[in-house]
Parts: sequence; structure tokens; C-alpha cells
Amino acid sequence: MATLKEQLWDPIAGFGVTFRTMFRKVVTEQYPFEKVPTAPRFHGRHQLNRWPDGLEKCVGCELCAWACPADAIYVEGDSNTDDERYSPGERYGRVYQINYLRCILCGLCIEACPTRALTMTNEYELADNSRASLIYEKSDLLAPLLPGMEQPPHPMRLGDDEGDYYRGNLRARADDEAGEA
Amino acid sequence: MTVTTGDGAGSAVEKSDLVTLTIDGIEVSVPKDTLVIRAAEQVGVQIPRFCDHPLLDPVGACRQCLVDIPDAGNGRGFPKPQASCTLPVAEGMVVNTQATSAVADKAQQGIMEFLLINHPLDCPVCDKGGECPLQNQAMSNGRGESRFVEHKRVYPKPINISAQVLLDRERCVLCARCTRFSEQIAGDPFIALIERGALQQVGIYEREPFESYFSGNTIQICPVGALTSAAYRFRSRPFDLVSAPAVAEHDACGSAIRVDHRRGKVMRRLADNDPEVNEEWITDKDRFAFLWARQDDRLTHPMVRDEETGDLRVASWSEAFAVAARGLAAAKRKVGLLPGGRLTVEDAYAWSKFARVTCRTNNIDFRSRPLGADRGAEEAAFLASQVVLTGPDGGAVTYADLETARTVVLAGLEPEDEAGAIFLRLRKANRAHGTRIFSLAPFTSRGLRKMGGRLLPTVPGTEATALDALAENGEVALDGGGIVLVGERLASVPGALSAAVQLAQTTGARLAWVPRRAGDRGALEVGCLPNLFPGGRPVSDASARVDLGAAWGAAKLPEAEGLDAESILDALVEGDLEALVVGGVDPADTLQLYGGQLHGARAKKLRKALRKAFVVALEVRSSELTEVADVVFPVAPTTDKAGSFVNWEGRVRPFGKVLESPTSLPDVRVLAGIAEERGRPIGIRSPEQAATEMQQLGPWEGERLVIEPAEIPHEVSASSTSGERTLVLASWKQLIDDGRMQDGDDHYRATARRPVVLVGQATFDGLGGVEEGDLVTLTGPLGSLNLPVRVADLADGVVWAPASAPGFSVRHLVGPAGSTVTVSTLEGGRK
Repeated sequence: MATLKEQLWDPIAGFGVTFRTMFRKVVTEQYPFEKVPTAPRFHGRHQLNRWPDGLEKCVGCELCAWACPADAIYVEGDSNTDDERYSPGERYGRVYQINYLRCILCGLCIEACPTRALTMTNEYELADNSRASLIYEKSDLLAPLLPGMEQPPHPMRLGDDEGDYYRGNLRARADDEAGEA
Repeated sequence: MTVTTGDGAGSAVEKSDLVTLTIDGIEVSVPKDTLVIRAAEQVGVQIPRFCDHPLLDPVGACRQCLVDIPDAGNGRGFPKPQASCTLPVAEGMVVNTQATSAVADKAQQGIMEFLLINHPLDCPVCDKGGECPLQNQAMSNGRGESRFVEHKRVYPKPINISAQVLLDRERCVLCARCTRFSEQIAGDPFIALIERGALQQVGIYEREPFESYFSGNTIQICPVGALTSAAYRFRSRPFDLVSAPAVAEHDACGSAIRVDHRRGKVMRRLADNDPEVNEEWITDKDRFAFLWARQDDRLTHPMVRDEETGDLRVASWSEAFAVAARGLAAAKRKVGLLPGGRLTVEDAYAWSKFARVTCRTNNIDFRSRPLGADRGAEEAAFLASQVVLTGPDGGAVTYADLETARTVVLAGLEPEDEAGAIFLRLRKANRAHGTRIFSLAPFTSRGLRKMGGRLLPTVPGTEATALDALAENGEVALDGGGIVLVGERLASVPGALSAAVQLAQTTGARLAWVPRRAGDRGALEVGCLPNLFPGGRPVSDASARVDLGAAWGAAKLPEAEGLDAESILDALVEGDLEALVVGGVDPADTLQLYGGQLHGARAKKLRKALRKAFVVALEVRSSELTEVADVVFPVAPTTDKAGSFVNWEGRVRPFGKVLESPTSLPDVRVLAGIAEERGRPIGIRSPEQAATEMQQLGPWEGERLVIEPAEIPHEVSASSTSGERTLVLASWKQLIDDGRMQDGDDHYRATARRPVVLVGQATFDGLGGVEEGDLVTLTGPLGSLNLPVRVADLADGVVWAPASAPGFSVRHLVGPAGSTVTVSTLEGGRK
């Protein structure tokens, strides 16, 4: 047998919650009409970074694929040649795929990357309606070309060899100087 | 790695010679002269090492294996840590490894630190990364953090030490494994450690290129990523490769290999360790020539010839089976079968059964090489009487026997070019046991020199006489401890195989036949010959026919001996045969050299006859034969099917399927499909079923065929009658050549030996005004070719040129071995 409190007071108390909430700040997000920025270190879609001259940082070492607990990354390396250079040094990633159906966005690949080529962006809109479209190719993952960058293949513009790039002995570019002047 | 037991055969004797020592407090007894590093393996202690390799002589170059030895067996200890890879055990010795001794551990950590001082930290881009002994042992026996902050020594990288082998000098830890391999195993010491101190590096001789058929092994045994192959550089990582054991398909050695593949593609092949066969070494052909099955001309669908347009069109498997069955039914028994010498035993068995049960003919011959007219019968008799059904279990010659033999005579065989594993074994035998090697050859080849062999100069065509005379040769002194190895080339000399048999019988030496192709021996065992049924059953023996008929449930088997390969082609030309079923046959050898003519009247007739006849081709890639075929079936290359090869010893070398490929089927399945449509099923559909049936069938236990002693021609018609410049062409195929199974890897092809014409001093002097290396014109029945000339110890009247070389195939452009040729200076007119 329910007590008097349960019979009379509790239903009214419920309305009280509703009434009180009406004066609080609304937490509902109007996604997708309004997009709220994520936390700065949110693990979103990956990005393959470039050197300031546009060469790729990825050397195709596959350590990201090795680190991946979900087997979501597939890489094939290849040799740079003097005529066709995609990254400083000898090796570049010819094929780079991340399967976002498998990726759990844990970020172990980022930690494994020896050249800081792979980082994560804050982009989280990774839904699609086919399997193929969720396997991101290198062209989908590469960082956009910023001003002053040049689409590879092209020779090393900022140093004589890969050592200059990795040690940060990057030469100032001619067009930068021109821009500043 | 191999744990060597001293002298293979001697280990049983050495049991009494055990030495007892204490390693890390554990007492262990090992044979005398065992190295401490190996003895430690016995008690389960892995001492880190780089330079140590069980098959190479100890050198103590890297110093990584330092151990503390408080008692050397005489009560006194070594004052400082010792390299355990160069130190033999002694009675009562006490050894403390890094597991128990702080001294040893500190010493090893120090050495590791030294090694890493100049070693670049480029593991992410290094091919060895992930399977690198330096990486692994730096983690297990080194410090986690480097104390070295200065600049490392750098070299320009990489440099090519051959077209295929690349060297990153800064990664090298100077273990000398590659240089020791080249010197001790392969005998091609074209690389060496040069300079001193911090600048010491592996270098090449400026004038001599690193030209070795075994160079790929140096890449595999390199404990760091200093040596890499151009073909595999940056292609994949060990962790994403799937490894499968396999058997090399390029020669009859049966070398064990490891196939590493990823996403349905073979990425590389490595030598596997089989102490009884190839030890840990393979030829570059076995290692690098695997892209042939991935070429654009790979057949992916069955095809039939459209009746209206006359062109080949894609068909379904069932339609192609039906068309093939209909065509073969129309030809009745006028069918010939050329399965080729590259089949697995299981597939060859299906061919053999298909010929007898479905086509009801004995016209089947695996020897697709040019035999020359009337040469097939003698070899077939030799194979049926001497070779079939022999094997290591039955006391046939094995690799181990080669190693311990007193004398080995080679006839019609150049092991370095034709059977790499035999070459390495013979070289080892000569170096370790002083085995005397004699070769009946036109000149002292580089291979023979490396084996420490002696030349018995023989003019091509006179091998029979030479073999006959060998029994009396006191210098060779062939006896029961001797072995005669005959190559398949010997079959082209009348009476030579019989002479070899007689030689073996009179001297008591043992005889072994070494074919060139991986499937030759297996095809022989399952009766892909006109005079043999499977299991060595002679066709001419009525009880063998009854025995086989009962096993197969076939009412009647064809009684008459069939036609051999050459006769099958003759019969096609004559119109006596109406259909041909043809397998892994190289048209370059079979068709183009038919009748010793390339574009001659006979070859033209054959092409015409092939277009007219009903041809069923089972091929991996499209070829000249599939172009003229009426039905084409894509069959699986060795990676795409299970099966086994039988190597020259008679040893069965089974391997599994490596890749799943939906586009092709094994030969056995294709033949089963045709046979079922034909209404005469062969009763097996898969390699596994074929293997089971072969097992049940068993070998023939009745009488074997006997080879009739052939007339040995004692007088060979002098070939120099028509003029002093007329020469006999001696020739064989080189290991790396223009074969179709070596397509696809340009780096590998570039390591082929440069083709030259070798002439004797007298012939060379006769040329006049020509220096070594100058181009001369070699003219033969098929045409002429300009090649650089070199002088060798050739007999007068003989000239040697490679039968096959990329772009310079003497067998197609000049003529087959044994042809009469002339050598002239480049201008041609000047004589």
C-alpha cells in the first residue's frame, strides 16, 4: 500500500522538475544546423601533413598500420626518384588508405608516426552510405595546399637533403622573402 | 637457423668425443669443436650475434657475442670477455653469458652502443625494420636510450653493388657475412671490406662487377638493412606479409623457399632452410623471378575459337570443356599430348591418365625441349631403365652423397647455370672434403673453376667416346666412391647416355640424371613418356598394363609405345595426328626450333599444321601456342595450387597453395573437366585426389626396362673438313636468360652475364687483328649475331656462346648446340 506522500506529493514533484528546467540553460545542440566546436584535442578524421613547400611528410613506413589495433590502415611505400619526388628522402607512401568503418579513432597511429605526417583533425562527420566511400585514400587525407605550397611531385625546395628537413634547417623560400618585402 | 652437427655423417662417430662444460651453471655435453655460442643454444641461452652464421666460417667480426669465461677448462679464466662465436668448447670450461654474468652483459651493452654510434636511426624507411637482428638485439641486449648526441657518419646512399643489390654503407655493422658468403659459399668474391677504422666499408672492385648468381643470399643474411634488393626496396613490411613455405619452380633442385605475399601478390621470396637440399641458399632466379605469373598476358578466362569469325573468344568453363571434348572425340586416337616439364607431379599424373584413359593413346612426352631427330628413344629408354623410381630412400644419389663423394664426374651439365643448389653443394664438397670434380665440357667454365674442378676437354658430340674412355682414365680413377652426374643435354649426343650407364657399371660409380626443369623428374615418375605408365610401369609389359588397368578400372590401355615429342610434331605435320593437347611448353624452344630451323620450311609447315589441327592449350600466360589453339584453358601457376615437385634426387618436395586465384584452375581439374565431357572420366579432380590415387597405385615392382647398349661412335666425323674457320657450336642456357618465367623484373634481368663468344687461342689468332672484347660475327644455320669475343681453353674447332641471354639468344639467332658455325671479324668480308 503506497503511502500518502507517494500518492499525492510525488506526482506534483515531477511537474516541479519540468517547471524548474524551463528556466535553465538549454543543452540540446541544434546539430546539424548549428555546429559546436569540439574539444581542441578531439580525435577526428586523420590528416597527412605536408612540409611548407608542399612535399609530403609521410615516408610510407607503415608504422601507423603496425600500431593500428583495428587493422584500419593500409600503406604501400615506394621509392622517390629525382624526377618524381613526393617526400624528402628516399621513400614515400604511394598508397595510403584508412578504413573509417574500422577505425576507432584511438590515436595510436598518431603516436607511432615518426615524421609527424599523420595527425588528427577535429572533423567528426564521418558518416556515409557506402563502404567504398568510407575508405579514405591518400588524396582524401592529405592536408590542403596552403599558400606557398606546391603540389608534389617536385624537388626539395627547402633543403639539400632530407636531413635538412628533419633537423629543421629549412631554407626560407624565395617567394616568402618576396612576399615579406 | 641451422644447427650444424659438425660433419653430417661424422656426428655418429663423434658421439664418443663429447665435451662437457658448464654454461650459466647448467652442465651440457656437446661434440668436440662445437663453438660456445652453439653450445649455449643447447641450454637455451641466446647470445646476441651479428657476424656468426652456422654455414659460414667463424670470424669474430662484430664482437657482440662476448661472454665471461672464469674457467677455460684448465683452471684459469680469461681475463676479459671472449667472443663466443670463435671459441671452441673445452672440457670443464665454465661460461657465463649475459644471463648470469654482469661482466658479459656490460660488455655486450658496450659493443651494442659502439655498433649503434654510426648506425642511422632510419628504421622507419629501412627494409629490414621489423625483422632486423640489430633492432631486436638492441632492444634485448642494449640500452633503451642513446647517449650519443654527436653527428653520425653519413655516406651517400644507396649505392648499387649490382643491378639488383643495393648497399647503404652507413647501416653496415661490418659483420662480413656478405663478403664471407661470396667468398666461401658462392665463390664470387667481388665484394670485400675496404678502408680501415671508422671508414671501413663493403666495397666492390672497380673493374669487376658483382656478378653472381647467388647475390640475393647476401641480402637475406645481412643482419642489418645494409644490403637490400632493388626489386623489394620499400615494397612492404614484414608484419603485413604472409609467409608460406614453397618450392622453387625454376630448376630441378627442389630448393625450399619462403614466399611472402600480401593482398594476393607475391612481394618477395626468400631461401628457406632445408639442410638436406639447399641448406639456406638459393639462386637469384629462385629468389627474384616470380613476377612472370603477374604479367599482363596472364590468361584469366577459358577461350574457344569462334566458328564464324575464327577468333578466340571468352567462354565459360563448361563450354570450353565441351568444345575441347568434342574436338578430341573427333580426332579419336589421333591425339598427341605435350604436357611440358614444369608440372607438379599431381598435374603430370592427371596428364598421364588423361592420355591413356580419355585419349587412349601413349603419344605423350614431357620433353618439350628440342631433342633432335631420333634422339628421343634413347633417352626414354635411359630414363625408364635407370632413373624412374629411384630416390633417396632407394639409395639414389643425394646432395649429402655429393658432399662426401670422392670423385664427381659431370657430363652434359654445367651446375652453376643449370642446377644452382648442386653447384653450391659441389663447391662445398670440394672445399671441405677435397672431392675431386671432373667435367666433360668444351672449356673450363667459371663455375668449374670455382668448384676446383678439372676439365676433361670434350668437343660437343664426342661425349659418348669421352665417357667410354673415362673408365680407363687413371687420373679420374672413378670407383665405387664416385658419382656421375649427367645433364639432360647429354641426350642429344648419340650413345652418350648408354656410355654413361656403362661407365657406371664398369667402375661401380653411381649415376644420377639432372634435368633442367622442376617438373621433369615428376613427369617421368608418373609416366608422361611414350614408353612408360605411372609408377615406372613399362608400356611394353603386358602384366604392367593389366596391373594399371585394374587399378584404374580401365578395360584396355593402349598397348603400343607412343610417339615422342619430336615425332608428335612430325605426325602433326604429316597429318597423322589430328589433335594436340599442349601444356607448359615454351614455344620458343618447341616450335621455333622444330627441325633445327627457325623460320625454315619445316617450322612453317608445323605452324600451318597447328592451325589445321585441333589444339587444346593449358597455359598460364598467352603465348604463340595459345594464339593457334582452338581451346585455351588458364591454368594455375605454382603459387595458386598445391602440389609437389620431384627433384633430381627423386625426393618429393610438396608445397601448399599460396594465393587464392579464382581465374585459373590446376591442370588436373581442367583435364578432369574435359574427360568428364568426353564421357571417359579420369576419376580425380584435385591435386589432393591425384596424390591419394598415386599413393594407392604405388610403384611398379616387376621388371624394369633394360637399356640396350648403344653403339658408341669411336670416330667422330671431323668437323673441320670444310675449312679452318668451320667450328662446332657448344652452347647451353645460362641461369639468367630470356626465359618467359623470368619476365617482369628488370633489375634481375640486368644481372645476367653479358653474352660473349668464347674461342680457343688458335681460332682467336686466326681471326687476326681482333682484341678480346671486340665484336665478332657468329654465323650459324639460323643466322648471325655480333658478340664480344673472349679467349678460353676451348679445343681447336669449338666455339662457345650462351644458348640464351636477354636479347642475344644464340639458339634462335645462330643455331642450337652442335651446329656448325663460323666466326668472322665484324666487317664480315675479311677472312
